[in-house]
Amino acid sequence: MPEPRTIPWWRDRRVVPWLVQGGVALVVLVVIALLLGNLVRNLTAAGLLLSWRWLGQPASFDVAESLIPFDAAMPYWRALLVGLVNSLRAILIGLVGATLLGTAVGMAAYSGNGLVRRLGRVYVEVIRNIPLLLQLLFWYFVVFLSFRNGTEALQLPGIVLAKSGLYLAWFAEGWRWQGPALVNGVWQAPWRFSVEFAALLTGLITYTGAFVAEVVRGGIAAVPRGQWEAATSLGLHWGASMRTVVLPQALPVIIPGLNSQYISLAKNSALAVAVGYADLYSVAETTLNQTGRALEVFLLLLGAYLVIDLLISLVMNGLNQLVQIRER
Amino acid sequence: MPRLRRLLFASPLLLALAIGGCADEGGGGGVQSEKMETIRSRGKLVCGVDGKLPGFSFLGPDGSYSGLDADTCRAVAAALFGDPSKVEYRDLNSSERFAALASGEVDMLARNTTMTLSRDSAGGNGLSFGPTTFYDGQGVMAPVASGIKSLKDLAGKPICVESGTTTELNLADRMREQAIPYTPLKFQTGDQTYAAYLGGRCVAVTSDRSQLAAKRSSFPDPAAHVLLPDVMSKEPLTPASVNGDPAWSDAIRWTVFALFQAEELGITKANVAAKLAEAKANTNQADLRRFLGVEGDFGKQLGLPADFVVKVVGAVGNYGEIFERNVGTGSPLKLERAENRQWNKGGLIYSPPFR
Repeated sequence: MPEPRTIPWWRDRRVVPWLVQGGVALVVLVVIALLLGNLVRNLTAAGLLLSWRWLGQPASFDVAESLIPFDAAMPYWRALLVGLVNSLRAILIGLVGATLLGTAVGMAAYSGNGLVRRLGRVYVEVIRNIPLLLQLLFWYFVVFLSFRNGTEALQLPGIVLAKSGLYLAWFAEGWRWQGPALVNGVWQAPWRFSVEFAALLTGLITYTGAFVAEVVRGGIAAVPRGQWEAATSLGLHWGASMRTVVLPQALPVIIPGLNSQYISLAKNSALAVAVGYADLYSVAETTLNQTGRALEVFLLLLGAYLVIDLLISLVMNGLNQLVQIRER
Repeated sequence: MPRLRRLLFASPLLLALAIGGCADEGGGGGVQSEKMETIRSRGKLVCGVDGKLPGFSFLGPDGSYSGLDADTCRAVAAALFGDPSKVEYRDLNSSERFAALASGEVDMLARNTTMTLSRDSAGGNGLSFGPTTFYDGQGVMAPVASGIKSLKDLAGKPICVESGTTTELNLADRMREQAIPYTPLKFQTGDQTYAAYLGGRCVAVTSDRSQLAAKRSSFPDPAAHVLLPDVMSKEPLTPASVNGDPAWSDAIRWTVFALFQAEELGITKANVAAKLAEAKANTNQADLRRFLGVEGDFGKQLGLPADFVVKVVGAVGNYGEIFERNVGTGSPLKLERAENRQWNKGGLIYSPPFR
């Protein structure tokens, strides 16, 4: 029997997969085109087709706190930028705080001190199992709003907790260390945080810290017991073993887990609106109310959070490559 | 093919975005209204309210809603179905109300909403407003003990305000005009706003005067809080429906006008049956006969039953009765009629002729 010279194209292994993939891609593209066309048609009919001109109009509302100069006569894009800067401020300080707290609590799980171990456990279990929104409302309405103003404020060395804000000591002009001081019944200090910001940060840090602690604990657990024993036999005490032997080996396991915790912290920062902090979402909501440009405002919001999260991922992936154990 | 896979992975997101934008095509001509058809086939009116504002819309302990806004919903349900109980209330906060209406989640809003140009215009929020049911103005409330007497005393102080409201914009405008620096603390819900005020975070809270009075009535010590004399704005609180279904908007508009007209004609919940009998007996009372649907086809022109006025007034009473019951001097809010009197008594409540 003679072998067939050529395989028919519909049975050719070099052609068929391309055809199938091409067909699927075509269907997907057609569906997307149809939906987008429909969207544009309906939006045009409703007079709501995407327009960005409103971004340049005066915002005519004030924002409670801002790192960059802002007043009501400035345009909407500036107001949104103020919100973005406020969000980034909360996210960045939150990331650092949650990492420090989480690492400490995660390491505490391997402490020789039973009380420290149990306290760490209780913290993680309590915080992890209560919704973040409730915690934020608790920190703000129950804890921070119960501080008093003026001379009745809670005064610690270098720190004053009042209803009007959180005042921290810092270097004033000429590298002079300056603590909070009461001037005409109002506290003044080099650093002042609003209680809204303080409540948001406290909530974000304690909440994310609990998850980070679990990631760190898991990372340390992944380091073989023999490494502990080897470090101890060299005469290193607990802290030195942890710092020089165990943690460096745990990092490759910890970093990927941290990535998702950091991203969720960034996303959770949008809950700031519940405690009156003027973050990106809060400013965007006011903007939406005034302009009625729902689609544009939400696209901006989606884009902003997407970029923030992708940036966090990028940095964490870079970090991950740095700490991976190189097999030789 | 990682690239193709990535595209496929992303496509559900795009799909969701695109589908979200697919509003149903508007349709129906003449008196026929797609919205009214939907409501009739559903068997009840879905009405967007605040739900937490005594005197306007308030969910009581027995699970029923009371208030001027709730009664507006009831009046429209009575006009459509002849039964004021065929309403499903949907509590909305000030930020979600317009999205809920635009998406069709609610059929109408009776949610102490100020009528403004940008909310009414097709290029703005694109709402269709009915007649104003309460003429209000923005005020400021502060604790009596704070000694604050006017806006000037608020310089440099934090003021609590609900975000997504005209209130926050008027506050900014008035303070800018008078060059008074201040810190706006914005909260997403009224509950949070007033909790922060009562918690002492802000020295004052600003909102519509009626709302401040309503909230104050539910404070632990109402007498410890005072409304400043400054009135910062005009706040005509008005029911609204979505732009694009004129027949439905007309039905709401003329149901509310019927409440005004009934008060002007002295028709009350108690005497509407007697008035109807009188109109039926006396063929000379043409105005009354047309108003109550004994003759003419006003109901039909609106796509409503001929006797919708009788049903509406029989269910909730006339405008004056609704006002007195919910917010008037006999209610916990103790508000004067003021601008909300009938036009012939010096107020702004005015119904065009039923003709």
